[in-house]
Amino acid sequence: MRRYISAYFENEENLLRAAKDLKEKQVSIQDVLTPFPIHGLDSILGFKRSNIPTVGFISGAIGCILAFGFQAWAFIVDYPLFIGGKPHFAIPSFIPITFELTVLFASFGMVFAFLIRSKLGPGANNPIHDERITDDRFMIIIDLDEGGNQDEMVKEILAKEEAQEIKVKEIEK
Amino acid sequence: MEDKYTLKRKTQYGILSIAGVGILLLILGYFIESPNRQELWANVLINNLYFLFIALFGGVFLALHKIAYAGWYTALKRIPEALTKFLPISAVLMFLIYFGMHDLYHWSHEGLHDPILEGKAAYLNVPFFFARMAFYFLGWIGLTYLLRKNTLDQDLNPDLKYHKRGKILAALFMVFFAITSSTMSWDWIMSIDAHWFSTLFGWFIFIGMFVCGIATIILLIAFLKAQGYLEYINKEHIHDMGKYLFAFSIFWMYLWFSQYLLIWYSHIPEETAYFAPRLKDHTVLFFTVLIINFLFPFLALMTRDSKRNLKWLSFVAIIVLIGHWLNIYMLVIPGTIGNEAQIGLVEIGFAALYLGGFLYVVLASLTKTPLLVKNDPLLKESFHYET
Repeated sequence: MRRYISAYFENEENLLRAAKDLKEKQVSIQDVLTPFPIHGLDSILGFKRSNIPTVGFISGAIGCILAFGFQAWAFIVDYPLFIGGKPHFAIPSFIPITFELTVLFASFGMVFAFLIRSKLGPGANNPIHDERITDDRFMIIIDLDEGGNQDEMVKEILAKEEAQEIKVKEIEK
Repeated sequence: MEDKYTLKRKTQYGILSIAGVGILLLILGYFIESPNRQELWANVLINNLYFLFIALFGGVFLALHKIAYAGWYTALKRIPEALTKFLPISAVLMFLIYFGMHDLYHWSHEGLHDPILEGKAAYLNVPFFFARMAFYFLGWIGLTYLLRKNTLDQDLNPDLKYHKRGKILAALFMVFFAITSSTMSWDWIMSIDAHWFSTLFGWFIFIGMFVCGIATIILLIAFLKAQGYLEYINKEHIHDMGKYLFAFSIFWMYLWFSQYLLIWYSHIPEETAYFAPRLKDHTVLFFTVLIINFLFPFLALMTRDSKRNLKWLSFVAIIVLIGHWLNIYMLVIPGTIGNEAQIGLVEIGFAALYLGGFLYVVLASLTKTPLLVKNDPLLKESFHYET
């Protein structure tokens, strides 16, 4: 069992100030959920830059080499056919498929890397903190088990920034 | 904060020396290489087109962002506006082609007895060629003049009507440009190889123009920032320009390959006649163009940091600009001079002379107006831009 505080705000300015205050007091913010992207939130939460582009590059490169290599192998070694009077190793005709597979591998690589890294996908158990977090609320979720007894302090900060419905929840993990 | 750019003595000398070196190389090249009329006219055409494309892209950049309701570009609007100031000079230079028609365009010869060209004579004839040229320039110069005048009026008057009028003008320019950019490329470039045709040629030329224009704007931003102007242009704006350069370099290759693949596959002599001399006589240049216009920017601008680093981005922009000059060279030369063509003193001289003139016109027109627009409703969005 882990204990969480969830609180929602009416607007993003209060949420930004609350998040800043909480971060300064070393409170661990589990997540912030907003209906639209908020400028400056990432830097306040101290998110590191995502490595997804690197995953995309590597999986794209794998797709590129695989596609080109397979076509070259199939048309030269395994089953050489004369097609339209072209040489067996006809590079231009390999390019569209190489391109498509590069894109396919890169996008699939990134999607699955994202799913695995964020613990999403089939069978994932992600607790829902509030029914309306995917709706129109600016929600902040705080993990209370990290960093000792901070309940009162957290509640105080949230209340100061006019947070609505400050809820403490115990969720099975 | 200085709001107007002043053309410093040092810069003037720099531009003058570029043009001077150009003239010197031309004179030297004229005596050493003794180029024939065809080579001279081909060089005039290459540089005419190259700098016309960059100037014309200024108008495209403005119109494109205006009708897309973009806000981020507002703070750097004056740079594309300055680029369009070169258009009238481009017009004069293009009309000079009248004296070189015979050397450049095979179809303009009298009494050809060529059934294919006789079939195309309704479109490809000299009077109509120049009538179209006049029509294009009238539209481009007129509409870019109105676009520029509209923002200058807006500087003096905070009325929202200028913003709305700008959108109408931008839409008009886009429609006019969409049609004329295709027909212009058929007229001036594709008709050099008058027997050959390609339906996506216009887009291919347009995307080349897009890359050149973006690279030029990047270099002008870097130049002005180095002189201490444009402090409000931050990494986010640079990042977007880098994305443009990256994305359109890929798209340029996409269109190049789309054209090549179909011709390679079908292997019809009248179509392969276009690529055969390019591949056979200019093999090195043929592949160099592909490497520095696609492979290099593709790998060099892949990461986020490289797009946000103005120095690196400027370096890539210079390479890409050279690459696109070579691309236009490859479009023009095989049909005019043929296999004995070489890049020598004359080619470099012409390019340097044009570059000097182009830089002078653009930088001089930047001094005329404040570098930052006023009263644009989207200006604030441009300052707070964040990706």
